This record gives sequence, C-alpha cells and structure tokens, in this order.
Amino acid sequence: MSEIAEKVRAIIIDKLGVEESEVTPEASFTNDLGADSLDTVELIMEFEKEFNVSIPDDQAENIATVGQAISYLEEHAK
Amino acid sequence: MELKRVVVTGLGALTPLGNTVSEYWNGLVNGVSGAAPITRFDASKFKTQFACEVKGYDPEHYFERKEARKMDLFTQFAVIVADQAVKDANLEDESLDKDRIGVIWGSGIGGLRTFQEECVNFANGDGTPRFNPFFIPKMIADISAGHISIKYGFRGPNFVTVSACASATNALIDSFNYIRLGMVDVVVSGGSEAAVTEAGVGGFNALKALSERNDSPETASRPFDKDRDGFVLGEGAAAIVLEEYEHAKARGAKIYAEIIGGGMSADAYHITAPHPDGLGARNVMQNALRDAGIKPEQVDYINVHGTSTPLGDVGEAKAIEYVFGDHAYNLNISSTKSMTGHLLGAAGAIEAVASILAIQNGIVPPTINHFTDDEQFNPKLNFTFNKAQEREVNIALSNTFGFGGHNTSVIFKKFSE
Repeated sequence: MSEIAEKVRAIIIDKLGVEESEVTPEASFTNDLGADSLDTVELIMEFEKEFNVSIPDDQAENIATVGQAISYLEEHAK
Repeated sequence: MELKRVVVTGLGALTPLGNTVSEYWNGLVNGVSGAAPITRFDASKFKTQFACEVKGYDPEHYFERKEARKMDLFTQFAVIVADQAVKDANLEDESLDKDRIGVIWGSGIGGLRTFQEECVNFANGDGTPRFNPFFIPKMIADISAGHISIKYGFRGPNFVTVSACASATNALIDSFNYIRLGMVDVVVSGGSEAAVTEAGVGGFNALKALSERNDSPETASRPFDKDRDGFVLGEGAAAIVLEEYEHAKARGAKIYAEIIGGGMSADAYHITAPHPDGLGARNVMQNALRDAGIKPEQVDYINVHGTSTPLGDVGEAKAIEYVFGDHAYNLNISSTKSMTGHLLGAAGAIEAVASILAIQNGIVPPTINHFTDDEQFNPKLNFTFNKAQEREVNIALSNTFGFGGHNTSVIFKKFSE
C-alpha cells in the first residue's frame, strides 16, 4: 500500500471512528462507514490539510469511497 | 384557566464536587471546596490560575470518541447529566408520549473552547478559511438541548435560554410555565457550562471579576467574608426533570419536591455591576413569592447567588432584609458557590439541585471559607457559615443573577399531596 493510501486510511479511521478492517477500497463513507454530510466535508478538509491540496467542490462530490479518495490524492497530492 | 402543579421527578449532576448527584451532595454537606489549579490549559501567565473544574473527567468514559469529538465540553456535560436525570425519572419508558416531553436548557456562553480553537486556527493560517464543518453546530449554546432531544426522541419544546449566570434558572422557569399551562407533560431542564479556557479566564480577569488568590485556591471563594476578592470560575452541569403532577402520579414516579414559583426582573442599571441596593434582587424575590402565592415567612432556606464579589454579595443581602423583614434573621442563607465556584449559566441548575436536596434531607449546605466578619452584613443574618446545619426545610428559594442585570428566583417546596 502506498504511503498516501495509508495516511488516507488513518484519517478515515480517526475521523469516522471505524475499525481498520472496515476501511476497504470499496467502502462508501456514507453507506458503509456511517458518515453524514458534515463528516464527509470534514474528511475532505482533512485530506486537503494533510496532502496540501485544494479539492474543488465539484471534484469532492466524486469522492465517495475510500478507493476514490486514495486515487484522487495519489494523482493530486504534492 | 387552572394552572397545573409541577413536580421534580429526576436529577442529574456533574460538578466540581462530584460526578453524580450523591457525590455532589456529599461534597456540599461536608463543606468541600472544588477549587484547584487549572488543568485545562497552561494558566501560568494568567492573573487567576485556579478554577473549580470537574474532576477526573474522561469523555471516553461516557461517549464514543467520534461522538465526543462533535460536542463541545459544555454539550458533553449536558448530555451526561440529562442521561442521569432521564434514567432517574425513568423517561425512557416506551409508553410515554415523547411529543409531550421537552428539553429546555440553560447555558450562558455555549461552546467557548470550540470558538476559541477555530478562531486561533484561522488566525494562525494564511487567510484561507479552513473552518471545521462542526464548528458552528458545536459552538452554539442551543445545541445542548438539540443533542438531548436527538438521543431520546423527545419531540416537545426544545431550546436554550441565555441570560448569563441566570440562564439555567430561566430555563427552569420556562419549563415550569409550559408545564403548568398544560402545553407539555415533562421537561428535561437544567444547564451546563465549560468556560475554563484561556478566553474564559482571560475575559473574566479583564473584568476584574475573578478571585486572584492563587496561593490558596480552596479558600478563594468566600462569599460574605470581609476579604472576598471575586468569584471562582466553575464548570459542570445539572439536570432537573420537571413533570406535571397528575402525569407523575399516574405513572408512579418518584417525587423529590414541588416547584411552586418563579420570578424574573432586570436591574436596568449597568452591564456588569449589580444595583447597589439590590433593587433587581428585591423585585425578583418578591415576584417569585407572589407567583408561588406564599408569604415571606414561609421560606426556610435561600440558596443565594452570593458569588463572593465585593459588590454583589452586599446588594443581595440588603435585598433579603428588605423582602423578608425580621424573618430574614430566621432564615438559613447559604452560598454553595463557596464550594462549587461559579458555574455561570449552569449555576441555577446545580443550585436548584442543592435546594431540592436540602428540602429532601433536612440539611442546609454551608457557606464555607468564612474567616472574618464584614460589617456590611447584619450579624443577625444566618449565612450557615462553615458547617452544614440541620433544619427542616419546607420551602427553599434559589437566586441567580446575570451580567446584563438579569435576575431570576425559583421556589421549591417539600412535596405533599
């Protein structure tokens, strides 16, 4: 697993208070990991802070699963 | 329209003296001080370096970490004491109509820690706004009542009163009114505060409101003592379940006491200083007595606002002599803030619990830390100095006054059918 993937998973575990085993690439923040819309906004902000990127709202809307977050950040992280 | 009777059927407390109602009461009757050096932040550069904090508090003892992270400390305190009171009153009973159970809470400040942290983060950045989406819903004072209603599905009236240090008493009076008007059967009322932060202590220090007795925190809160030098900031919460009497009787609820009157008034004088003759304090006690339909002579105990400030204590004592006449010298008077410190918007809640338990136990908790008489107070007044006194308490009145000149009094009576 890439360093980025590990950091993304750690943020998700911390912010959503979920078990490591639940954080699979397919897991949806809202459907599988119990996040509400505010939790999702907070996650995106944490990703922005951790990886020093700015994620525009229209792209943030497409980040709904763990895997989507990892691939977006692997592509855009500085 | 005939007003309904309203009784107390549940209590909860998380205070500087103990984290349950019984621990709190034990601390009160034993004259324990809750003051100690501040642990919530580094206060070494502050004029006041001590406070009455809740002891041994671990949010994960009460909440899942994810849940706790979304609540400011004042809301965590609110949810914890509400849970104690809800269980005490057995309000989780499925047969109760949750549409007729309200939550009316009091907090003078709300999420001060959250506000402070978010603003500091912004100020430390480059101007890019990175406010947390939970910032506003964590900070706003009313979120405490919101969280309690969500947890139990209480769908009746739901809001928070804000009147500085009178907040929780305003919440109790509102609750009492809605119930006696028949608009709701039960209200989970009370108040919570968690302002022991840099901004809280620094702000009150700037007002010269706090005691600066850093060499002896436990004797710093000394209401009615000659050498009192300000209040001691406290944190915590208490919950009081108020319920329509017939409703309580029908379900066989345990009844602690009856709430029989509430009074409100304004000083209309100064933003922070009390009226020197206690004009607002006079009016509010008279209003409460009138509302309760009792004579001053029927009151046994006054749990005073008595914050240990040079001016406030004088005005309140004058007002008591004015309202109660010679009976003022038969009363037991005490300031439990001598032990708990001043919980600001939650003061009215923890002091209502103290008043209710004084009635139930026939014991008046003391005003501790009395060392030197102050000639400004009539020596005939019994401030219950230093030691609890046994006394049959049939009726207790509790005062709270807030910055802005808000005054509130509430009256509890021993329950009898």
